[in-house]
Amino acid sequence: MNALARHRRLTAIWSSRPGWKGLFSTVNHNDVGLMFLVTAFFYFFVAGVLAMLIRAQLATPHSAFAGPEIYNQIFTMHGTLMMFLFAIPAIEGMAIYLLPKMLGTRDLAYPRLGAYGYWCYFFGGAMLLVSLLLGIAPDGGWFMYPPLTGKVYSPGINTDFWLLGITFVEISAISAAVEFTVSILRYRAPGMSLSKMPIFAWYMLVTSLMILTGFPPLILGSILLELERTFGLPFFQVELGGDSLLWQHLFWLFGHPEVYIIFLPAAGVVSTILPVMASTTLLGYRYVVAAAVALAILSFGLWVHHMFTTGIPHMGLAFFSAASTLVAVPTSVQVFAWIGTLWKGRPQLRLPMLHILGFFATFVIGGLTGVMVAVVPFDWQVHDTAFVTAHLHYVLFGGFVFPLLAALYYWLPLATGRARFFRLGEVAFALIFIGFHVTFLAMHFAGLMGQRRRISTYSPEDGWTAINLISSIGGFILAFGLVMVLIEVVLHLVVRHRAPRNLWRAGTLEWATAMLPPAYNFASLPEVDDREPLRADPDLPARLARGEGYLGEPNGMMRETLAVDVASGTPEHHVIYPGNTHLPIVLAAVTGLFFLALLLKVLWVAPLAMIGVAVLAWRWVWVLGRREDAGAVSVGCGLSLPTIAEVDRPPGWWGSVFLLVADATLFGSLLFGYAFLWTIAPGWPPPEWIAPSAIVVALAGVGVALSIIGPFFATRANAGGSNPAVGLALSLAGSAAIAAALVAMLMMAPSPTGHAYGATLLVLGGYGILHAIVVALMAAFLIARVRAGYTSPRRRAEIAILPVWGAYGGGIAVVILLAAYLPVALS
Amino acid sequence: MLAAAGAIVLLVAALIVLAWRRQPAGAKRGGERVWIFGLGLAFPAVVLAALLGFGLVIGERLMPRTAPDILRVGAEARRFAWTFTYPDLPGRRTDGVLHVPAGRPVDVAITTADVIHSFWVPRLAGKLDAVPGHVNVLRIEAEQPGTYQGVSAEFSGTGYDGFAFTVVAHAPDDWAAFMSGNETEARQ
Ligand code: HEM
Ligand SMILES: [Cu+2]
Repeated sequence: MNALARHRRLTAIWSSRPGWKGLFSTVNHNDVGLMFLVTAFFYFFVAGVLAMLIRAQLATPHSAFAGPEIYNQIFTMHGTLMMFLFAIPAIEGMAIYLLPKMLGTRDLAYPRLGAYGYWCYFFGGAMLLVSLLLGIAPDGGWFMYPPLTGKVYSPGINTDFWLLGITFVEISAISAAVEFTVSILRYRAPGMSLSKMPIFAWYMLVTSLMILTGFPPLILGSILLELERTFGLPFFQVELGGDSLLWQHLFWLFGHPEVYIIFLPAAGVVSTILPVMASTTLLGYRYVVAAAVALAILSFGLWVHHMFTTGIPHMGLAFFSAASTLVAVPTSVQVFAWIGTLWKGRPQLRLPMLHILGFFATFVIGGLTGVMVAVVPFDWQVHDTAFVTAHLHYVLFGGFVFPLLAALYYWLPLATGRARFFRLGEVAFALIFIGFHVTFLAMHFAGLMGQRRRISTYSPEDGWTAINLISSIGGFILAFGLVMVLIEVVLHLVVRHRAPRNLWRAGTLEWATAMLPPAYNFASLPEVDDREPLRADPDLPARLARGEGYLGEPNGMMRETLAVDVASGTPEHHVIYPGNTHLPIVLAAVTGLFFLALLLKVLWVAPLAMIGVAVLAWRWVWVLGRREDAGAVSVGCGLSLPTIAEVDRPPGWWGSVFLLVADATLFGSLLFGYAFLWTIAPGWPPPEWIAPSAIVVALAGVGVALSIIGPFFATRANAGGSNPAVGLALSLAGSAAIAAALVAMLMMAPSPTGHAYGATLLVLGGYGILHAIVVALMAAFLIARVRAGYTSPRRRAEIAILPVWGAYGGGIAVVILLAAYLPVALS
Repeated sequence: MLAAAGAIVLLVAALIVLAWRRQPAGAKRGGERVWIFGLGLAFPAVVLAALLGFGLVIGERLMPRTAPDILRVGAEARRFAWTFTYPDLPGRRTDGVLHVPAGRPVDVAITTADVIHSFWVPRLAGKLDAVPGHVNVLRIEAEQPGTYQGVSAEFSGTGYDGFAFTVVAHAPDDWAAFMSGNETEARQ
């Protein structure tokens, strides 16, 4: 087979269906990544227009441009869209598109999950967009503090749009994070050990783990607030044992790491592009990775610095203030590693480099004002003023938008195969840079002069007129620059001006694909033994196209790739991906129906939608797998490997583990909330306790034992060639027993609407019951699979996933019972 | 603080610009030791230690402390007005204006009747939130008699724009008049 024939075959195998309709069924990361990016930039545009409205409103005193009702929606939606519908999805899109290419493989671990995430983002975003167009958008500020956002003070549907829409969108963040983690750990080119991984992959690995542990507190908070609004469960109402501070803790437990979730991928971009711009390699690769990890860990210990004015005790203030200034250390390690890289090489002022310089100037200033607001007495003055708004834009625009623009100019030729023809970019950069600094430098001073954030107008006597006008003019210069970038991208797409291959002379593998990468990325997979494979072997692209790597001979119509050992990158498994399907979009639509039912308060539809989700999820996994053993499959280069259905740790096992990391963080946040209310909220201890019951404990004990032993028996039996159905049935019975015990427990609990205590117990119990149902469904699914002949002693992978979930479901049942009964027993 | 920050920005900028300086080929320009350990780790460590010490000292000084002649007042926010009470004058309350003696430390016990607000008189102290169900105590002290503008500094819905109040610090005579319940004599 020659290179062209191979290209044709692989294209037929990997492409989405022709035409625009193909987008609805595509699962290929090349499509999904670009879909994410285009949608994210659309929201950047919308949120940018809202920013212009804000600056227009504040340009003059006594502005009658928008009344406070509308203005509150404008700034809330600006912040919300920028953070949730632009920044995070743009990162996801970029990583989905680039990671497989950089890692030298053909797709991410779970192609359908990526597509599902996109459609959740699409529908969830559409919900918020509709609210904006109808003038019923969220208006409580992007951090949505109750009680202002509770039913009493925000009776309208506005807040529900936020809570439900954002939670819906966050499904895409969680699924992308699971997908990235598993892909980076296991789906790399053969030979690419962790220490040879491109630096961007390291940053994305850290970011993904942060999403898995950072987003669940927000998701939990949103669920609790929506439960309060819809069913009257009083988590945040102080009269009924709730506490509005709980929301602040949950929100900032998410909100602070969020800033680093946005910054770290951007830092990964800088670490990738900057050395190329200086024709050298990154200085201190190991230390940069260590700094990113340190930053991630530290960032989880800082959330309280957003709450310095809420009356935190003195010791707490000192601790969180010290910890907050400490993040400057790993940040400065990275900054100086980058500058050292410039010194090491021969930097050139090409367009991506300009944006990186813009990043340096802006981000360093933002970091310094960040250190300032970490000093408590200073924060007490500037908190909730325009100073903080200015600071946060220095960090977010400097730390994210500039690197993103650098990335855009750097990788656009790869994605289109074209080079820039018109030279608008330099002018656009100048406008953006000048406009940005005029806008936000001015806002620092407005803040120091006492201008609060989120005010819709001010009077001439306040003395802020000139400074606001300057800031608004800067804002429009900035917007003009951004529009020029847009124009240049459009021109880029219209004007054919072929780019030379690897035009920046980079060393990473994405430049070894054809420019305008084919759907399959690599005709054959490279063997890597250098951090910059393309620098070590400039001939690599041609050799891969000739099929000299792994999997060079297409096999039927299967989408194939390799999974490798986590640390060393030794090839371990042969992977077959699912092809194009409408399942992701349909599943996302039914998931959306669930959220829509809650939003419009047609509550009876919600359980139906849940059942729909379960049915589709069943179908989702059912279509995988085979009814006969495959044995070792030849993957080229003289190597034969088992396929993923015939291993002990299949991709589903890895995905389950990392999904459960997020799930456990959600559960941990719930326990944190319980303990917080118990110790801090006024109105505790509750007026009425749950009645502990020995029967519940006994039933749950049996259930937990079965859900741990059952999967174990099933695995053993299957390996020994006998029928695993008995073990699976035990597991099913165990889950049923746990569910029954928890239902019984809840029947003996005080009313969930009377006090936050009862409400918390209901959520705890409900969480356990939900998991018992999920585990039961899995066991039932496996029984059906065994009967349909999808398992064998070799095809054991599916059964291997059940023990993980069984143990988790049993473990949380124990913790839930302890949390419910222990305090009663002790008091 | 601003000067130090400015100096750091200039240092970073200078280092970046110097990277463009052409060098004779083969010259070694600082390795990991200088960039990572020297500038990356040691430099911020020293700066931050200084800053932190400074912050803690100031913070310590701002802490409410027991003193013999502290006056206690209550401040309750609701959308969109502040009500002030005076434990020394039972039954006495003022709306939108807080009366305090000049030159004497005052502890303001801050709370709210509805959503979260924040008590902020920029010239007297930093801000402290009014959180439902909690009482936060802020120490203020007006050295000179006079009128001080205060605002609520936590977004609280439509009406937030104009949500302000005033603190009137009285000279000793005026304060005595206020305490005796003779409000008209106490000059506003
Ligand atoms: C395109 C240029 C941008 C301009 C001109 C701009 C302008 C503004 C202004 C004037 C405010 C303050 C409203 C107020 O509280 O008085 C604001 C708030 C905010 N902005 Fe931006 N912004 C821009 C880009 C961004 C980006 C890129 C992000 C994040 C990725 C962002 C995130 C936020 C957030 C989170 C808030 C707070 C909203 C709230 O108070 O609820 N902005 N922006
Ligand atoms: Cu923070």
